[in-house]
Order: sequence, then structure tokens, then C-alpha cells
Amino acid sequence: MKKLLVFLALPVLAQQLDTGKRIFESQCALCHGPDGSGGRGPNLRKAKLKNAPDEDVLKKVIVDGIPPEMPGAWQLHPAEVTATAAYVRSLGKLVVEEIAGVPAAGENVFANAGCVACHIVNGKGIANGPELSAIGSRRNAKHLRESITAPNSFLPDGFQILEVTDAAGRISKGVKANEDLFTIQLTLSDGRHASFQKASLKGLRRITGQSTMPAFNSLAAIDLDNLVAYLVSLKGAE
Amino acid sequence: MKRVLLLISSIAIAQVPYERIRDAAKEPGNWLTYSGNYQGHRHSPLAEITPANVSGLKVKWAYQFPGGRNQTTPIVVDGVMYITSPNRAAALDAKTGRELWTWERPVPKDYQSIGFGRVNRGPAILDDKLFVATLDCYLVALDLKTGQQRWETKVEDYKPGYSMTLAPLAIKGKVLVGVSGGEAGIRGFIDAYDAASGQRSWRFFTIPAPGEPGNETWAGDSWKTGAGSTWVTGSYDPELNLVYWGVGNPGPDWNGDSRKGDNLYTCSFVALDGDTGKLKWHFQFTPHDTHDWDSAHVPMLVDAPVNGKVRKLIVNPNRNGFYYALDRVTGEFIAGRAYARQTWAKGLDDKGRPIVIPGTDPTEEGNLTWPALNGATIWYSPSYSPKTNLVYVATREVGATYFKRAAEFKPGTFFAGGGERQIPASEQWGAIRALEPATGKMAWEYKLLSAPWAGVLSTAGGLVFSGSNEGNIFALDGKTGKPLWNFHSGGAVASNPISFSIDGRQHVALPADKVLYVFGL
Ligand code: HEC
Ligand code: HEC
Repeated sequence: MKKLLVFLALPVLAQQLDTGKRIFESQCALCHGPDGSGGRGPNLRKAKLKNAPDEDVLKKVIVDGIPPEMPGAWQLHPAEVTATAAYVRSLGKLVVEEIAGVPAAGENVFANAGCVACHIVNGKGIANGPELSAIGSRRNAKHLRESITAPNSFLPDGFQILEVTDAAGRISKGVKANEDLFTIQLTLSDGRHASFQKASLKGLRRITGQSTMPAFNSLAAIDLDNLVAYLVSLKGAE
Repeated sequence: MKRVLLLISSIAIAQVPYERIRDAAKEPGNWLTYSGNYQGHRHSPLAEITPANVSGLKVKWAYQFPGGRNQTTPIVVDGVMYITSPNRAAALDAKTGRELWTWERPVPKDYQSIGFGRVNRGPAILDDKLFVATLDCYLVALDLKTGQQRWETKVEDYKPGYSMTLAPLAIKGKVLVGVSGGEAGIRGFIDAYDAASGQRSWRFFTIPAPGEPGNETWAGDSWKTGAGSTWVTGSYDPELNLVYWGVGNPGPDWNGDSRKGDNLYTCSFVALDGDTGKLKWHFQFTPHDTHDWDSAHVPMLVDAPVNGKVRKLIVNPNRNGFYYALDRVTGEFIAGRAYARQTWAKGLDDKGRPIVIPGTDPTEEGNLTWPALNGATIWYSPSYSPKTNLVYVATREVGATYFKRAAEFKPGTFFAGGGERQIPASEQWGAIRALEPATGKMAWEYKLLSAPWAGVLSTAGGLVFSGSNEGNIFALDGKTGKPLWNFHSGGAVASNPISFSIDGRQHVALPADKVLYVFGL
């Protein structure tokens, strides 16, 4: 009996995802992109959605929308809403990968290799880089491995390094905190912020493709595996 | 005593007769219609604020709108500013920003905006009334003095997707509106209503029915869901008595398989007789559009020399990336050229028709094309300054991968047939560009960090005002594009600036996010 159920359930699920995909592409893709990666609406290829933490809320968001920008799809049949919700969730699921390491061992590597000097995990550490408390729900193991051994290969938003030369010729280097047409704000290495009027600067250099994170490419293979397993296990507060 | 009272109550005072709007240039201190004048110029003849003194511009007052990001263009008359937000209007003391009255109309619970935000782009004024178009597709006339309702007319049923977000256009005795709903498979139209009674005077369908010229440009029954919305305010030539209006995309947006043909009059300008709504001419910018490039733009009516002879032109930097100059009497194409990055056409032929590069339509796998669906420019207003003889346009430099999907028509739901994925935000940018009106040749550009959502205003003082997504409200030198003044508003600017005067002093107003800022020296 149990076996039969499994057999039956699979095609039903596949069919549901198919229906969800069709509805998504005709009614949601306009704003969220045909693959859910975002456009006028936010990226939905995420394990956690801020406005749709659980299934009931997700269905409610689909039916009622989020005023004023997102319209509700109130005309959908409840089964279609369920199918669309299932499809949205499937977008956020990262492909399950074989991971060699042991998370608990990786936690030690994280502490000993000096990662804590730059990253906050569950409230502990120093914030010189992005918070990693939920990194395992956003990134896959391949990406995480590369982030450690070749940090320059991908720079998440908000970590562009700028070098500014003020009117007196003083040079400041820091991470861009914000920018508009006329001003620029930097976070300096000591954690303080500096603000500049672009018109008053002698120089403004945008250093691209260069991370402040050192490349950790001399870690032992086992340590690297464990570290990756640890990062993958970081799914954020439930 | 009784007689005096009777006199007062029996005469409806026409505070803003048609002639005042027609002759708007004679009273530069007021802003009497959406674009400042019927010609769609969004140019203020006021010249107190200049490149020399603009650095002293300060906030005089601010007004906080209820609800989301505001896109209103206020009307200013005789010391009062009239503003709107969705299904709401208010009259403000233009000196202080204090409310004189407010009016609201509930949005029905089952109302939905299919394919656009819940916004309102401003009121219109004529005689003794203020006119507001509502999301649930009613045109409402309010008493100027008190905001009390005079009449309401149902323009269309909102349930299949008709809606209104635009500022109406008031001409002699009539109020004109267009509709949104281009992603819902509606059949678009432009309507004129009698300003006194609210009775419909005429309707022009943007999608011709069988038997009407143009229907042959739609395969089979596809005209029935052909869209052709009319969601941005048109312009008017009082001498020719012609109304000019932009028409939106065909439906379904990204999948043109079921609607083979040019799909008239989508992605076109139409010129209509002001009395009857009869079509005088049309010009289609994007035949058989598959990229959602609505021609929902404010047409600009400009008189400029062409080969040594001054001609009556209608000009338009279009969402499709090309700039056009046409003869506004006949619709004849005069000149055109790309004013932003575009990768879908080799150019325009001598009739102004794009020479489309094969293989640029959306596909199942996706096709990277410039501009993105929000275009090289969009609904927000361009400006024409007779002083510099330049056209100013906020330009968007964004490309997107366009996808085609099956489209199934169900009334009141999306009928889009695909979507897009934009290039990364870090590669998107924008600019305020100054173009020569008769050719579209660029005179200068001022670069923006991201693709803009705000329109431009030019002034006789020689300035160009606009705003950025990063929250800057700024003034440029109209001759060179050099930035001369800026203010950080704290919210993204997604609206159009205006200028007017209070007690003889020039002011500039522009909403940023939910706040209307009013600046003066
Ligand atoms: C007109 C554009 C538009 C359409 C169409 C649209 N959305 Fe949205 N959606 C948005 C915007 C904008 C937001 C963000 C709203 C906010 O946070 O204020 C959003 C938010 C969401 C969220 C919450 C995301 C988060 O991070 O919490 C979900 C889930 C969602 N949309 C699903 C859908 C689905 C499913 C459909 C189709 C049935 C759909 N949307 C159609 C614009 C749209
Ligand atoms: C000197 C500071 C510094 C140290 C030490 C450091 N990082 Fe980073 N890290 C950063 C910065 C800055 C970024 C963001 C820019 C980038 O991706 O290179 C980053 C990015 C990352 C990312 C990618 C985050 C994302 O959103 O994709 C991961 C994963 C990461 N670090 C893990 C580690 C680990 C594990 C260690 C220890 C072996 C470590 N970091 C040590 C500064 C540091």
C-alpha cells in the first residue's frame, strides 16, 4: 500500500509542478522573470521568502498580492493556487549535492582559520564581510568552495572597493556603503564611515574584481570539505 | 438681499475657462494642464530661477501622500494646488501646503491592477471642475471649491482589466481619457466626455473592428484581445483641433504568433478630430510589436525648421529606442534615428518603418535585446524648451533577455505570453539627453547611475529639472547638461516636475516616493 502511494504521489506532484509552471509563466513571469530570478518583482529563487515564510502565507500572497506593486491572482482555483505555490517553492530548492565533509568539524576550521575575523554567524564574529548565518540556504556547495579558494570570482552586492582622493590629496580606501549622483559613502577598514561630495574629489577609482577576503587555497583538502559542509549546514534561524 | 443671494447661487463661475488653458503661456505662474500647455512641452516660461542663482534653491514645504510611491503632476491655479493619488484628490494652499479639501473614492475589494502599479498621474481642470480618472475606471468631476462630487461616469468595467491611471486632458467643453489594461487583452479606446454633464461625446477604438480600415492587420479574431491601451495623457493642437494620443502594445505582449500582421493602431500615435474623435492620421512606430514597447508617451508639438522651412512637427523619443519627427498635419515621417542603445532594427526606412533585424523576437530559450521592456524611455514626460530649442528626455540604457511562452486568454487575467530577464543591475544605466527637435541628434547627455523613472521639466530660466532612483532631485544647465543644484529627497523619484509661482516667486514641485517637495529661492 505504501509503495503504491509513493508511485501515485510522484506523477501527481510532477503534474502539479507542471500546472504551477504554466500559471507562473503566464501570470507571474512578467514581473518575476520566466525562471523566477526577478525583474520588476523580487527574485523568488530563494529558500526563504520574506513575505511568504510558510505555505499558507505564500498562498495568501498569490491570491491577495502585496499592495501596491503586486496584484493578486484571486481568479485562480484553489488547486491552481496550491500548484503555483508548489512551483514557487521548487524554484527556491537548491539541488541536493553530495557533500564530503562533516559540519561539526568545519565549525572548528571556521574558528581557527580566522573566518570569524570577517564574518558574523548567528550573532558572533566581526562584520567585515557578508553575514553567513543563512548562507547554506542561498548558495550551493560549489559556489561556497569557490568563495573560499577564489574570493575574487564572485562579489556579492555591497562589497565594491573604492579608492578616493580628496581635494587635499588624501587617499581613502574602503567598501562602498552607498552612492547617489552627487555623493559617495565608504566603510573604512576601522569600521568608521566617510562621506564625500563627488564634485570635490581629485580622484575616484572603482576597484573591480578584487575582494578584501584573502584566498584560502592552502587549507588541507579535508579541512576545506568540512568547512564547506559547515557552511552548507547554515540555514538561518527557523 | 434675496436677489443678491440668488445671483450668487445661480451662476456657475467658470474659474478656468478653456481659453485660459489654451493661452497658458500668458499666465506662466499657473500650471493648467498635465504637460503645462496643450503642446505637451512640460516647459515653464518662468525665468526667476537661473543657472546663476539655482544653487540657492531650498525646500519651502512638503506634503506627505497616503499610500505608495506617488506619480502625480499637480495642477496649480490662482494660489491653489490640486493633486491626486489613486482614487484620491486634494486641494492644497500653494503657499503652505495645507489641505483645503480632500476627496476619496473606495477602491472595490475585487479590483486588481493587471500589469501596472496602483498609481494616479494627476487631475485635469476646466471651468468650475476638477476631473479625476480612477483605478476602477470611472471619470469623476469634482467641485473646484469644495471637492464635492458633481458627476461620475463609468468609462468601462474594471473586472476584465480596464483601469485608469492617467491625468485626463480637458479641451473645449470636453474631458478626454484613455485606459490601462494592455496586459489583460482589453480592446483599448480614447473617450471624450461632455465636461458639464459627464455624457460621452465620442469613443475612438484603438483596435479596428471587422469592416473598419486596419482590421486586416490582425489575423483572425486576434483583434478582439488586441489591447492597444491609451494610458498616458495626449496633447492637443487648438488651431488644427486635433488631439494626439499614444497607443500601447498589442496583446499578448511577447507572443505574436496568433496576431500576424502590423496590429494597428498599437504602438502608434493617432491624430483625432477634437469634435468627433474621427481618425485623421496614424503613424505606427513598432509594427507587430513583440517587446511591450507601448507608445504611451506625451506627444510634443513643436514648430521647427526642416530644410529651411518652418513646419508643424510632432516629435517623440519612443520606448523602442528611436526618435521621430513627423508632420503633425498629415502624419508624414520627416526624420528619425536611434537616441539610445537598440539592437532590434538596422534603422528606419524613408517612411519611418523600422528595418527589423531577423531573429530579434522573443524565443523559448530567450533572446537578448536592447531596449528592455520598459524601453529607452517610458510613460514619464520629456520636455521641449523653445528657449534652447532642445528636446530633453530621461533615457534608460537596459537590455533584457526576452522569453516567449504560450498565452491563453481568460478575461481579467494576464495575457502576456512571456517575460524578460534584465541584464544585471550593475550594467544598467541611464542619462538625461538633449536632442535637436527636427533630427533627434544628441546635443549633450548627463549620465545617471541607474535607469530613470522620472520625467523632465525645462524652464525659461535655462534649467532642466529631474530626479533619480537614488533620491536626488537636481537641476542641469539646459545648454550644456552641467549639474548646478541637487537635493537628496530620501526616496526614489518616479514622477514629473512642474513649475509655478506663489506671490510672484517661482517654485518647482516634484514628488519623491511618498513626499511632494516644493522648492523656491
Ligand atoms: C505586476 C508585477 C507582479 C506580478 C504580475 C506578480 N508579482 Fe509577485 N511581487 C511583485 C512585487 C513588486 C513584489 C514585492 C512586493 C513588496 O515586497 O512590497 C512581489 C512579491 C512576491 C512574493 C514575496 C517575495 C518575498 O521575497 O517575500 C511572492 C512569493 C510573489 N510575489 C509571488 C508571485 C506569484 C506566484 C505571482 C503570479 C501568480 C506573482 N508574484 C505576480 C510583483 C509582481
Ligand atoms: C579579511 C576579511 C575576510 C576573511 C578573513 C574571510 N572573509 Fe569571507 N568574505 C569577506 C568579504 C569582504 C566577502 C565579500 C566579497 C567576496 O565575496 O569576496 C566575503 C565573502 C565570503 C563568502 C561568499 C558570500 C556570498 O554571499 O556568496 C563566503 C562563503 C565566505 N566569505 C567564507 C569565508 C570563510 C569560510 C572564511 C575563512 C576560511 C572567510 N570567508 C574569511 C571577507 C573575509
